[in-house]
Amino acid sequence: MTAPDGQVAQPAGLSRPRDATPLISVRELTKVYPTAKGERVQALSRISLDIAQGEFVSLVGPSGCGKTTVLRILAGLIADYTGDVSVSGKALHGPSREVGVVFQDANLMPWRTALANVLLPAEVLGLNRKQAKLRAQELLTMVGLEGFERKLPGELSGGMRQRVAIARALIHDPAVLLLDEPFGALDAMTRDTMNVELAAIAARSKKTVFLITHSIAEAVFLSDRVLVMSSRPGRIVEVIPVELPRPRGLDIIADPGFAATVLRIRRLLDSVTASALPSIAH
Amino acid sequence: MARWFAALWPPLAFGALVLGGWEAGARWGGLDPMMLPAPSEIADQFRLGFSSGIYPQHLGVTLLQAMLGFVIAIFAGVGVGALISASPLVERTLNPFLIAFEAMPKIAMAPLVIVWFGYGIWSKVVLAAAIAFFPVLVSTILGLRACEPGRLDVLHSLGASRAQLFRLVRLPSALPFIFSGINVAVVFVLLGAIVGEFVGAKAGLGTLILAANENLETARVFSILGLLAGVGMLLHFGVTALRQRLLFWAGPQAGPPTA
Repeated sequence: MTAPDGQVAQPAGLSRPRDATPLISVRELTKVYPTAKGERVQALSRISLDIAQGEFVSLVGPSGCGKTTVLRILAGLIADYTGDVSVSGKALHGPSREVGVVFQDANLMPWRTALANVLLPAEVLGLNRKQAKLRAQELLTMVGLEGFERKLPGELSGGMRQRVAIARALIHDPAVLLLDEPFGALDAMTRDTMNVELAAIAARSKKTVFLITHSIAEAVFLSDRVLVMSSRPGRIVEVIPVELPRPRGLDIIADPGFAATVLRIRRLLDSVTASALPSIAH
Repeated sequence: MARWFAALWPPLAFGALVLGGWEAGARWGGLDPMMLPAPSEIADQFRLGFSSGIYPQHLGVTLLQAMLGFVIAIFAGVGVGALISASPLVERTLNPFLIAFEAMPKIAMAPLVIVWFGYGIWSKVVLAAAIAFFPVLVSTILGLRACEPGRLDVLHSLGASRAQLFRLVRLPSALPFIFSGINVAVVFVLLGAIVGEFVGAKAGLGTLILAANENLETARVFSILGLLAGVGMLLHFGVTALRQRLLFWAGPQAGPPTA
């Protein structure tokens, strides 16, 4: 593994919020899907973005705008795109050890215990078994699942399963944590709790986090910056910095700055999806 | 204890009623013992078969054939199924032949298999395996296809190899399907072994049935059929127990095998 803050020279003149070297760098990313009728649908159009080391960035946009495509490209799950994508200064071609992914569904293996699920990436990557096991224990404790190591996914609640998935994504100590609407399938109360937990986990693990969500409030609550996407073709229309102090509690919802930022993004999304039905994202 | 009894009394009562009626019909109702011998007579034959050591000996042969065929069918079925699901070219190449082979009644091959493999156990093993192969193959292909793409994404995002994908996700995901095929296969191997013995064998319960039938020892035939029913049930329970051990994470499977 390379150091998370790679020393590879980056093109000058790009705005970067914190660090001189962005951990994730995307330039002119374009993705075209062929349809069944032989037409070509442009999913992403010339997307460029930088994410600095330790930064928490969210990508919000209407359904079908290509958010998930961006994440799947960063996760190495989609290989045929045009443009440049690099992580830690290295061009990304396929899956990278520098990346840990949490999907919308926990996607745990139901025949493995919580601990064995967290250890799965270590097995795939051939990491030291003993060290990985210690680390898996620590991670399960960090996500609040101490004592649940031997439980099967079927014995855990949806929120707990997603916590296991987060621990699994961190087991190989990736530089970046990618989250694709990780709490979309959870009820609203669990979701709030999980967001507070996620903020704490991100702070504790000092990971760079890239979150895909359709919830503006979630994005503002968690992020340092929110990227707003429009659909057809998917492109980034604006980058909104979130100037709220950390650590943030759920009472931040009452903060006028929070409300103003949410409203600003809401209006942006409404303007780019004016023709579409109004969505009720919270 | 009470729940046990509640679950068991209806089939027990039904069985006792049928046997009682049957026995009465044989003793006083003029049932032809050549067609339908009394249950007591069948039980006598059963005892005799075991005390003489003849049933255990032939049962051992039949079981050995069935079990060897079973193991071969499972390995071949899962192996070919894995190959087919791994390669679209292999699937396209083999598909018409597999469909043709599946459509053919495998039992019709019995005389030929005897010619090929002789009167010893191996002709019966091959026949049993050939019959039991398809349920395992089909369930394996279905199971491997039904794998949740999300689980595969997890492994793909780690750059897992095809072998890792198969071992860590695809095969365990397919196990519940494969077991439904195995449940059918375990009944089929017994069928294959017996039919093979009918066509040509030196030993086995099938040869005993044929001999008893020729001598018009109907009670003996019935006692062997009863034995086969018992063995079939034990095999089925064995597979169910194995399923529970291996598939502790999947829900219990309800109902009898779909054979």
